[in-house]
Amino acid sequence: MSKHVVVIGGGVAGLEVAGQLSKVGIEVSLIEKENKSGGHLNNWYRLFPDRRNSTEVKEYLDGMTHNGGIKLLTNTTIEKLNRSGSHFSITTNEGKELIADAVIVATGFDLFKSARKEEYGYGIYDNVFTSADLEEMFKKGELALTNGIVPETIGIIHCVGSRDEKVGNFYCSKLCCVTAVKQAIEIREYLPDSKVFCFYMDMRMGGAFYEELYREAQEKWGVNFIRGKVSEASETIENKLLIKVEDTLAGRPLKMKLDMLVLMAGMEMSEGGKKIAGIGGLRTGENRFFAATDNHFGSNKSNIEGVFYAGTCTAPMNITETISHARAAVVEVIDYLKNSK
Amino acid sequence: MQFDPFVIPFNIGLYFILIYVVARSVIWFRDLSRPDKLRLQRGFFGIPFALSLKEIFMESLIHRKILKTNLRLGYMHMSLAFGWFLLILFGTIEADIFGAKHLNAPYKAIFFRFFNPDHGRMGFEAAYGFLMDLILVFILSGLLLAVTKRFYSKIVGMKKTTRLKLTDRIALTSLWLIFPSRLLAESFTCGVYGTGSFLTGSLGAWLAAFLPAQQMAYPFWWLYSISLGTFFILLPVTRYMHIPTELFLIFMRNAGIKTGDKAGTYSEVQTYSCSSCGICIDACQLNFSAGITNIQSAYFMKAIRNNDDVSEIADNCLMCGRCDQKCPVGIELSPIRMIQRRGGEAENDIRNIYKGYFRSRQTIISEKAIASSNYNFLQETVPEKTDILYFAGCMTHLTPSIKNSMIKILDASGVKYSFIDKQGGACCGRPLMLAGQDKEARELINYNSQMIWKSGAHTLVTSCPICYKVFKESYYLDVEVLHHTQFIKMLIDDGSVKLNFLHKKVVYHSPCDLGRGSGVYDEPKDVLKHVSRLERSNFEDGNSLCCGGSLANMKISSQTKKKIALDAAIELTKNSPDILATACPLCKKTFSAVTETRVADISEIVAEALIMNPLKKNSGSNISSIKELANI
Amino acid sequence: MNKFGFTISKGRQIDYESNDRRIADYIFEKEPSFRLCIECGGCSATCTTSNFTVFSLRELNILIKRGENDQVRQNLKKCMLCGKCTLVCPRGVNTRNIVVLAKKAFQKSDEYAI
Ligand SMILES: Cc1cc2nc3c(=O)[nH]c(=O)nc-3n(C[C@H](O)[C@H](O)[C@H](O)COP(=O)(O)OP(=O)(O)OC[C@H]3O[C@@H](n4cnc5c(N)ncnc54)[C@H](O)[C@@H]3O)c2cc1C
Ligand code: SF4
Ligand code: SF4
Ligand code: SF4
Ligand code: SF4
Ligand code: SF4
Repeated sequence: MSKHVVVIGGGVAGLEVAGQLSKVGIEVSLIEKENKSGGHLNNWYRLFPDRRNSTEVKEYLDGMTHNGGIKLLTNTTIEKLNRSGSHFSITTNEGKELIADAVIVATGFDLFKSARKEEYGYGIYDNVFTSADLEEMFKKGELALTNGIVPETIGIIHCVGSRDEKVGNFYCSKLCCVTAVKQAIEIREYLPDSKVFCFYMDMRMGGAFYEELYREAQEKWGVNFIRGKVSEASETIENKLLIKVEDTLAGRPLKMKLDMLVLMAGMEMSEGGKKIAGIGGLRTGENRFFAATDNHFGSNKSNIEGVFYAGTCTAPMNITETISHARAAVVEVIDYLKNSK
Repeated sequence: MQFDPFVIPFNIGLYFILIYVVARSVIWFRDLSRPDKLRLQRGFFGIPFALSLKEIFMESLIHRKILKTNLRLGYMHMSLAFGWFLLILFGTIEADIFGAKHLNAPYKAIFFRFFNPDHGRMGFEAAYGFLMDLILVFILSGLLLAVTKRFYSKIVGMKKTTRLKLTDRIALTSLWLIFPSRLLAESFTCGVYGTGSFLTGSLGAWLAAFLPAQQMAYPFWWLYSISLGTFFILLPVTRYMHIPTELFLIFMRNAGIKTGDKAGTYSEVQTYSCSSCGICIDACQLNFSAGITNIQSAYFMKAIRNNDDVSEIADNCLMCGRCDQKCPVGIELSPIRMIQRRGGEAENDIRNIYKGYFRSRQTIISEKAIASSNYNFLQETVPEKTDILYFAGCMTHLTPSIKNSMIKILDASGVKYSFIDKQGGACCGRPLMLAGQDKEARELINYNSQMIWKSGAHTLVTSCPICYKVFKESYYLDVEVLHHTQFIKMLIDDGSVKLNFLHKKVVYHSPCDLGRGSGVYDEPKDVLKHVSRLERSNFEDGNSLCCGGSLANMKISSQTKKKIALDAAIELTKNSPDILATACPLCKKTFSAVTETRVADISEIVAEALIMNPLKKNSGSNISSIKELANI
Repeated sequence: MNKFGFTISKGRQIDYESNDRRIADYIFEKEPSFRLCIECGGCSATCTTSNFTVFSLRELNILIKRGENDQVRQNLKKCMLCGKCTLVCPRGVNTRNIVVLAKKAFQKSDEYAI
């Protein structure tokens, strides 16, 4: 009798897990709360570090999951998750009951809600956007202000909602620095006459090829980097955004008028994940992400035997790391299924 | 037989305390400022005097306020105070009517039964004896509660019992012994003579049945006298000093004397009037949300009385005023804390017995060494002439939604106004005051006053309760100071702005400096009722909570502040309102960080409800003027 | 009571060994969040005082930590204690208390200097 695994969340991690499991003949039900799979990947235009089109990664994932054995349940969430004996019984929002031998949680992240940093004026001022908004503009191929005019000066604010005890997030989201660099390049590419300024506290370029991208941004695209945390923004009469920041390296306060502000919103534990944590009794850490049992060799394991984690539901990760983490989860699951007969 | 050596301890105690109280009063009176002396003198006549007497009866004897907050605790205080009072009163009358002669020495009333053991067999005498027993039962029941409170503080409904020092403990023991020893002394005597009413009589008869009552009675009369004497002698150095001091406090308060900004007689009288009831401890959020249990006002009062260095205690406080509001004695606790903050760190006083009885006023080291101006970089500016000034305040610049909403409302109302700190002004000065740096604060106050004065405005509107309080209290301005909620209320009342009704469920959080601090409770709620479905929380008006963000406490960490904020937010959003409304940028910021419920300033809600009138002269320009403010 | 000495360091170099860091130690002890500052400049960007004059709390923080006290002494008193910095600091540094403690420490050190 073949084994059945339920995967909750159909983003990069969920798709990779599902694909790998079906490859070895395990039946998978992939539960996705939205109307299609792909998660955040669907929202991105081109990906760091190499600026390939995100659709290429999506195609890979779809290819993985097209080989049968995977039941994709879209517009579905789960209401109950109980362990009974050696298997799990899962009730969906439509009242359907699924019996699984193991569960993989891949509920991903939510983008930090930038309106919570009121001083930056997201939702109050016309031309304050988030990194996700910018991706959408790139996708549509129209990078413009609310009134349709093309921006000339663009400011990018790092660490919005990350590394900020005021919003309760001590951690670094790890990939917004490189996203800022990538987006700065893209802006310059799209609008060669524009000027782009990145306001950062630290440049965290800790991934493969990140630092190279940073160099390219400086060298080839003339992106400006100013070290200082922007404290507040206000709107001027000519509809510009006036920001206050200290140029900490120059040791002087700096005021600058910008046409557009882009907020590098951080990653937070997803609402969907919180819900699963609640109904499944899964432990979360102080950063509210799921807490794995061991930081080194148990990063896929949960506090409940037979429930595993994959992807950004445990910590901020880029796609490369997400896929690796998902594969690791598959190894754990196969191992578990073998031993739990 | 009209004298017995056992009355000596009592007599010594009694005369000592009487002399002491007179001496202390003279010192206190002497130290009052001239105007306060006059006030107090006037307070002894006419209506203030009547009021004082009434208050003494209601508060010092009946303890009405404690009864209201905590029935059992109130009963405990009432039975001891009022009961003792009745016992003395009726005892004196008893001695006067039934004693050998009229106008007796006090001890004859107190030890009446010793000197008149055969009294009270029948008729009126017996009825009187019954009354005296009844009073004794009343006191003893309260005493029983007090003893249990010490050991099981939960029983009287208190979460915490105040901690004691040694002299307090001895005094407490003697206080506890007074009434049981009287009971036993009287009972034994009654047992011998077969007199006494339902309590002393029956107990006496029962005891006499198996004990040598004749021999037993005398030691208990001694014990009774010694307990009384010890209690009286220790009284001035223990917390029980509050009993006589509170009478002074009531007279002074009704005479219109205020705490002021320097340590003096009134602050000292208040410090000694604290009964250590502990109500302030239960009221304090630092206690029940943050687990900080050594800074509450009861401890603060005690530390001052002990001449301890209280600067740490004085600084670690939100100045929320919740304890002021709840203190049954009506001590102005926050002003006393402010005095201490101005004083800074005090050297620990060397303690001796004399100091305990006649302490020097709170010794304070002046830390104000910097003599030169701190803020001479503030350039004089000439503001434009206007009717109404809008002062957003420092904090409001970090909540652009409040700032923008106010501009929208001001524009829609068509009034002539100018936004005085649109480019960011100087601070109002209150944060410095809260840190005890009054001289520095004065500099800012002078600077701002100049600006306000030069603008020729008749009204000053501010969005920040912190600014509002200091403008109202410490600026000597000839303008009407309004918080924006009051201003909006005015605009609504005179029809200057028209508002839609938003079908939203709203709970209002009253900011400390606006509500308890400045007494503005109604206008914000009236405005909210006008535009939304305002619901009540469990923490309304004087009982409202502190958001935890208070600038007054620099000693607690941001994490601790968050704990306080979280608890408060949970309480306020219990009935899942659509909006948690407040009237302070700091409250808004603090609450936003801890709750999922939308937190909004009243101005934002009003701006949302605004019906734009195209005929108003300024209304067309509102978009541009919102932007103008940022155009630095 | 802490006693603070008085050292005058000349030249452009921070002479780490001989600089007097007792002011910093005093603040560390009384306000541990002083250690959390990452010199982001959020405080100095929002600062009410810096609207009017040259003043950076961030800079004062680092100078105190390095024992470059003379540059701090006169500047410190420009702060209005308004609290905006505390509200923006991403590290939850209790900035106002640092100012108050530093003022106090300098006063004490001045008392003992003479
Ligand atoms: C602005 C930005 C740009 C980025 N750009 C890049 C880039 O260029 N290159 C790169 O390598 N990485 C990039 N990343 C990172 C990348 O987006 C993530 O690594 C990746 O999306 C993680 O995939 P995931 O499956 O773990 O989570 P997600 O993509 O969040 O997917 C989670 C899925 O689970 C579903 N779900 C959640 N809860 C439930 C529930 N209870 N029931 C059912 N379904 C649920 C969600 O709907 C979602 O579909 C970027 C991130 C951000 C924030
Ligand atoms: S990756 Fe960069 S922008 Fe993102 S939280 Fe970390 S430091 Fe801030
Ligand atoms: S300060 Fe007031 S409330 Fe507090 S213990 Fe004293 S009398 Fe009671
Ligand atoms: S003012 Fe507030 S914080 Fe301070 S002691 Fe009283 S109740 Fe506690
Ligand atoms: S805002 Fe905080 S962390 Fe940043 S420089 Fe100022 S004190 Fe340091
Ligand atoms: S408290 Fe002082 S340092 Fe902080 S913002 Fe205000 S004036 Fe600047």
